[in-house]
Amino acid sequence: MPITAEFEYVKPKDMDEALHVFSLYREKARALAGGTDLVVHLKEGLARPDVVVDIKALPELAGLSLKGDTLRLGALVTFSDLIESPVIKSKFPLLLEAALTVASTGVRNRATLAGNICSAVPSADSAPALAVYDAEVLVRSIRGERRVPMAEWFTGPKKTALAPDELVTAVELRLPEKKHAGCYMKLSRYEGEDLAQGGVAALVFADNTYRVAVCALGPKPVRCSATEAVLNGAKLGDKALAKAKEAILREVSPISDIRSSKEYRLHMTQVMLGRALETAVARLFGKGPKYGSENIA
Amino acid sequence: MKAHRINFTLNGEKVSLEVEPNDVLLDTLRGRLGIKSPKVGCDRGDCGTCTVLMNGRTVRSCLALAVEADGADLVTLEGAGTRKWTKRLQAKFHEKNAFQCGFCAPGVILSATELLEKNPKASQHDIKEAIAGNLCRCTGYEPIVEAIAETAKGK
Repeated sequence: MPITAEFEYVKPKDMDEALHVFSLYREKARALAGGTDLVVHLKEGLARPDVVVDIKALPELAGLSLKGDTLRLGALVTFSDLIESPVIKSKFPLLLEAALTVASTGVRNRATLAGNICSAVPSADSAPALAVYDAEVLVRSIRGERRVPMAEWFTGPKKTALAPDELVTAVELRLPEKKHAGCYMKLSRYEGEDLAQGGVAALVFADNTYRVAVCALGPKPVRCSATEAVLNGAKLGDKALAKAKEAILREVSPISDIRSSKEYRLHMTQVMLGRALETAVARLFGKGPKYGSENIA
Repeated sequence: MKAHRINFTLNGEKVSLEVEPNDVLLDTLRGRLGIKSPKVGCDRGDCGTCTVLMNGRTVRSCLALAVEADGADLVTLEGAGTRKWTKRLQAKFHEKNAFQCGFCAPGVILSATELLEKNPKASQHDIKEAIAGNLCRCTGYEPIVEAIAETAKGK
């Protein structure tokens, strides 16, 4: 299907030049990285930019690096980059597990993590993992640079805290100091390529503290702090789990749509929370399935 | 709109042409370059029939702008002869009758090419995962997975 809308295409090699375009055109400029969402939106008329800014020649946006305890994921880092990175596998395996659930190889080869959180669909698979790792989004404009914590990033379905003249340059994650393990549990209609009916990420620490975040179970991906508060300090057993399953129902607000009913999602929220926490605990003790393996269900 | 001159390699041959900013790579390949193996399927990245190799990696040509191909090395099934695994897979698909209508086959073979180039010892799970984004409505996938597995084993 051809794109009927008309726009100009620029591919700046210089960051200032790129930021000037965004400053000048604002809502009428759209950043192009992998294009896996943008091109669909261009075809369907959901995006009507005057100018498409291809950001793939901006060196500042490239690369994945761990310095000290800070992981920097440049805005051009694709899901395949994450999956193939030894650093992600050894230090941030929860992110690997989430990345493996995103679409399919042909999409992951182009789709970027930054693009995923900029599209900001409620089912963004990378969002719960980023939330439990306390990620921050680095954004720049000609006005300067700022950091947005994940908790403030999503403002609604397909809406973010990004201003019209701003560009995401990177996402930064802090490696937790304490011993920990995680799990991302994604519910979909079939194995393979599908959007999440619901997703739960859990990070469990050796000192019995917990982090939980979800996607596709409300208008935006969220961290579940009340559920965490119920769990914190307790060893994960039937009692703590039962309380947590009660608590999480007050933190999600799923809808019924083509992928599942609200009632099914509410039920599965509890099931997924249990399985994610139990899997994470097992991994903490060197047991449980390998990250990203086919056996988590 | 301002047209852009782009230069890239297509199946080992140099190509230079002018494209509009809103030209989609898939449409340019099929409509202007006579490359018909990538098909128009869902046209939104879900079905995998438009798969091409860009710099050795599978991409959805329905989701790439033609102008983005500037400087790239593109391979489609027409260029099977330029890649070891593609050629072997193609032969094995013929031998095993691993497709029926054939609409998905070019995409499947290129996805399998990327997999085997990265990991010639791919497991059954790796194979299924690699072609998860290539929908086939005829075969039920069994002969496809078998053909890829046998190609990997050099049978």
